[in-house]
Amino acid sequence: MKKNAKKIKPDIVNKFTGDSWVYTKEVKEHFFKPKNILWENPKEAKYDAEGIVGSPACGDVMRVWLNINTKKDTIKDFKWRTFGCASAIAATSMLSVMITEKGGMKIDQALKIKPQDIMKRLGGLPDRKIHCSVLGDKALRAAINDWFKKTKQFSRIMVEGKEVIDPNTKTTEADIEEAVLEGATTLLAVQKRTKVAVGHPEYIPKVEELIRFYREKYFGPDKQ
Amino acid sequence: MAKKRYYFDYAATTPLDPKVLSVMLPYLKNKFGNPSNLYELGHQASQAVTQATKTIANILGCRPDEFVYTGSATEADNLAILGTARANKDKGNRIIISQVEHKGILAVCDILEKEGFEIVKLPVQKNGLVDLKRLEKELDEKTILVSITSADSETGTIQPIAEISKLIENFRKAHPPTPSPREGARDRSLSSIPFPPGEGLRGGAFLPYFHTDASQTAGYLDIKVDKLGVDLMILSAHKIYGPKGIGGLYVRRGTKLNPIIYGGGQGRLRSGTENVPAIVGFAEALRLSEKNKRTEIMRLKKLRDALEKGIFKSISKVVLNGHAIKRLPNFLNISILDIEGEAMLLYLDKLGIMVGTGSACNSQSLTPSTVLTALGNPYEYVHGSIRFSLGKENSMEDVKYVLKHFPDVVKKLRAISPLQLKMNQTDLISNPKAFIGNQTPHFLRKSRLGKSK
Repeated sequence: MKKNAKKIKPDIVNKFTGDSWVYTKEVKEHFFKPKNILWENPKEAKYDAEGIVGSPACGDVMRVWLNINTKKDTIKDFKWRTFGCASAIAATSMLSVMITEKGGMKIDQALKIKPQDIMKRLGGLPDRKIHCSVLGDKALRAAINDWFKKTKQFSRIMVEGKEVIDPNTKTTEADIEEAVLEGATTLLAVQKRTKVAVGHPEYIPKVEELIRFYREKYFGPDKQ
Repeated sequence: MAKKRYYFDYAATTPLDPKVLSVMLPYLKNKFGNPSNLYELGHQASQAVTQATKTIANILGCRPDEFVYTGSATEADNLAILGTARANKDKGNRIIISQVEHKGILAVCDILEKEGFEIVKLPVQKNGLVDLKRLEKELDEKTILVSITSADSETGTIQPIAEISKLIENFRKAHPPTPSPREGARDRSLSSIPFPPGEGLRGGAFLPYFHTDASQTAGYLDIKVDKLGVDLMILSAHKIYGPKGIGGLYVRRGTKLNPIIYGGGQGRLRSGTENVPAIVGFAEALRLSEKNKRTEIMRLKKLRDALEKGIFKSISKVVLNGHAIKRLPNFLNISILDIEGEAMLLYLDKLGIMVGTGSACNSQSLTPSTVLTALGNPYEYVHGSIRFSLGKENSMEDVKYVLKHFPDVVKKLRAISPLQLKMNQTDLISNPKAFIGNQTPHFLRKSRLGKSK
């Protein structure tokens, strides 16, 4: 990502900080010519499953509609709508292509898609925009869960991390995930943000484990 | 071949006026002397600076020695705030600013807060105006400085500076400086000139000082310092078709102020070799902007109003940000519901139209605009904000071009967006739950935890 930033002319320059970032050709392509958008409001029961994540107040909302091939257990159609910036729109568009290319992805495989996979296909995103692609895979999982519920495959439902790790500060797994996403990749940095396990060292091993897990999930395996 | 440019971001910066460039050029070429030197070349440069300062002082209605050049408007803001705070901390530690100040003021106040100063951030009303009654309540004997922008840089809402200064003056009269035991008969400021009866502030500066950021209003409003009644006022050259890298601070005589940059200039407020070509350009730019003010205001207001009317006519669910009338004639800040500002900005950029946005996605910290949030707008409105700021190169043709293409951009992005917000339903939609694990948005959480990075 950073290598790209040096080569290409910045697209956006912040007027207060002078800080700039760039979007790759792939991001621009998917942003200006998004693929698989749901243009028309769907008729009832036109899609098998639906998922939505995000909040307008936060600045990003993604909504995903799926059609499932029950026999093959693959995703036949992936339609979407996104409220958000260029990276958010491009990331959902790219995800829709990844899912539907080659005749549709197996559901089990789709559940394993990581933000990092989307970013890789987009040729990278500015660091602070990683959030946007994270939303894509979450919206997809929400829609797949919807499918599982509708078809009573309860054992396959994936639960996103709401587990409380430290009851004193009420820090959840999701808090730690987001802290890591915002660049706090060490225990100290995460503690600075969340105050998790401060004064309660008994929670530290669990916290460290989660930090490692999300660090690898979003930023790739640790280099030795 | 260059694509035609439709520049609507004059509040961010302006192109250099060719006339300004031509007066600068000699000082970039053979008249390169250092004003501190005694020989002819140095003398030439120092005369140029003196002449430029006279021009500026004339326009501001102040004495040339009351104007200090800085490397930017931000530096001037820093000097005004830090300088007065540090020089007057034995007199009080309270500083009153508004919520719609420039980052150059907000950031420096954060620093001062850590140093033990009490920073009061006056809220603004929904229309963008500072609540004067609130200001009156907040003023106390510990207050050393009040800083209110003349017009904020996002909505261009014009604050009643002259009224505010009267209010502050009334406070000063009601609370005459008490001689401190150490300083004997000397009053709270350096100057010991008493208030001349009915003569306003002329004759010296008294606490609390009043500072204003006039970088957006120069060229559009009256910037005579006595009419405004300010003790400190900053200007920026590159907002008025002058060069970048030069700003300035008006400092009323008697204002106690510490430098923030130290060097060889004993007794001067800002050390460092003067940026002679930029100073010369600054003065010329200010002179020209004052000269053209009347006609340019009329022209731009007509264009802006046409743009505003056209957008509200052709696009649904649009909200005006800032004051409908008390607004700089070249500003139009609107929120377009259901879509996001950065996405709009990039689609418009593809059409050659350049605008600004207050959306979180367009800032380094990913936080939505502080000014637009201060107006009490829900976050989803701020994310969808777009600022058009007009200037010299804009014509009716530009406005028509925007009106022709902008509705299509909105239509396309709205087709991509899953949102269908309703106007005036803010209570239902603005519940800010974040996208990961239904939590508070990242930008709110950071402010709660303090800036840790």
